[in-house]
Amino acid sequence: MPATGFDASVRTVDGRAVIDLRGQIDGSAKDELGAIYERSVLGDAGDVLLNFAGVEYINSTGIALIVGLLGRARAEGRTLAACGLSDHYREIFEITRLADFIAIYPDEASATAEDEKEPT
Amino acid sequence: MATFVHSLRRVVRRSETDERPDVAERVEVPAALAGQPPLEIAPNDPIIAYFQSARGAVAIDGLELDSPALAALRAAGVKLVVPLVTQGELIGLLNLGSRLSDQEYSGDDRRLLEGLAAQAAPAVRVGQLVREQEAEIRSRERLEQELQVAKLIQQHFLPRTSPDLPGWDIDAYYHPAREVGGDFYDFIALEDGKIGLVIGDVTDKGVPAALVMAATRSVLRAAAQRLIDPGEVLERVNEHLCPDIPENMFVTCLYGVLEPATGRLRFANAGHNLPCVRSGSRVVELRATGMPLGLMPGMRYDEAEAVLDPGAQILLYSDGLVEAHDGRREMFGTPRLTELFAVLGRGERLIDRVLGSLAEFTGGGAEQEDDITLVSLRRSAADHVQLAEFTLASEPGNEREAMRRVETAVAPLGIPPERLERLKTAVAEATMNAMEHGNGYDAELPVHVTVAADSRELTVRITDQGGARPIPEAPAPDLDAKLAGEQTPRGWGLFLIRSMVDAVAASGDERHHTMALTLYLEGDADAGNGL
Repeated sequence: MPATGFDASVRTVDGRAVIDLRGQIDGSAKDELGAIYERSVLGDAGDVLLNFAGVEYINSTGIALIVGLLGRARAEGRTLAACGLSDHYREIFEITRLADFIAIYPDEASATAEDEKEPT
Repeated sequence: MATFVHSLRRVVRRSETDERPDVAERVEVPAALAGQPPLEIAPNDPIIAYFQSARGAVAIDGLELDSPALAALRAAGVKLVVPLVTQGELIGLLNLGSRLSDQEYSGDDRRLLEGLAAQAAPAVRVGQLVREQEAEIRSRERLEQELQVAKLIQQHFLPRTSPDLPGWDIDAYYHPAREVGGDFYDFIALEDGKIGLVIGDVTDKGVPAALVMAATRSVLRAAAQRLIDPGEVLERVNEHLCPDIPENMFVTCLYGVLEPATGRLRFANAGHNLPCVRSGSRVVELRATGMPLGLMPGMRYDEAEAVLDPGAQILLYSDGLVEAHDGRREMFGTPRLTELFAVLGRGERLIDRVLGSLAEFTGGGAEQEDDITLVSLRRSAADHVQLAEFTLASEPGNEREAMRRVETAVAPLGIPPERLERLKTAVAEATMNAMEHGNGYDAELPVHVTVAADSRELTVRITDQGGARPIPEAPAPDLDAKLAGEQTPRGWGLFLIRSMVDAVAASGDERHHTMALTLYLEGDADAGNGL
């Protein structure tokens, strides 16, 4: 794991960019997270799925970074979805109302399966 | 022809009963008449009624009235007066001296003057109204400014945070009425770890009350350091206040000395609302008699003593609470307060409960009548134990170390996993705040963390070196506003902390700032999910 404690990679699945996030999303993840988002939308990929399965810690600065990503995605007309959040961070997505703007799926499989449907 | 208009300032129609014969109306003299004394017409001068009902111009020489103003007009050489009357109200006089030819005023002259007066009167009245309105605005602005000054004085002299007393939860609330009253409270660090508790209320409002409050606080602080007995302290303050306090003002004040280790409280009361103590589900009022401060010298103040047992809680309050009215003019009252104190739920914050009940009683939207001050001290339960104490350097990422250590320390308590995760997030956020806002990420400045619990609750205290300066309070985060670029994407820290635990309290002294995070260990499992 890199010194920042954060690492991410991007893949494309059925025309949607999937960003696999790992480690800690805090202030130190800022540059890496920005860069990976840029990479994920290269070639005008459509919607973006953030996969939090490998994330162990998100703090308030991390929440601010996700708000920033959401703002960019909305400005570009993309949909942002999330999967793999622990119950605790799902709760935080709910109380911060991020869940009102980001569809949340339990895992990647359900996110893909439910792609065209309303999230649960 | 010497012509001049006397504009009567505020000549209003008065009934006989509200006439104030001792107050003279002052008649303004135009610049052209500089050098002549202004004409004073007393409101009960019969000439006012005469002019008001006169039809047209009045020859002064022919008048027979017992009127000082008439004599003054004659002395000033006035020969003819044309009353300026509009809507039945005398608003000024058009005064004329002798004609240059020394001939009498002709019928044509009079008609001309009366026509002029009929036109001028409404215009003069409009001018008067504009001037009155301007004066009113100026006076309102001055009043607002005074209220701001009073607020500033008061805020300056109130404690910015509550002291951090191990084994005690201290909570305070102060909210001024629009017309700032003279409420105050104080915590005074005394010898041997004792602490002086003060709550008081200056009668009157605004700047005078705020100044007396500031003086009382300073004298009391000085006396508390020199004298031990609370009664003697109040005696000393009374002696200092009596010679200088403005007439009709006095100060109610309760002063107590608390020994935190034993819960022993010695107190004296100068006519202030009696504090209530709850022990178990029993609520008692603590009585000690004494006259308010500043009324007369040589007063003696009874002293009384109470012991706050483990788990007991004391509430000091001002009359703004118990004397608040509802829509039917009924008072909130002390019985209502003691009742709700007695049935306070486990882990409920007393001040929140009192304010909630008050808002319900007054109907929420009603304007607050008087300052409201509440100070609460709760002693931890007897089975209170410290589970951990450690120090961290202010370096980015150390908040995760705080999380790990707190998780280890609370393991024996068997907190359900979802509650534990919430606590960990709150601890991480509060530690980050301490490192960033309190210590400015200066690695040399430590963050001190203690973890303590009793059978009812778990409290994590996180202390930085930032002094009494409170953490800047970001506006309540609003995701819509953030996405619209109207709010910074940041500013989630305090919001998360408050959402994650059951109670958050800030305290501190000149050097330290402490945030206490409390999780209730029994009862409502949903507590902490504060939204």
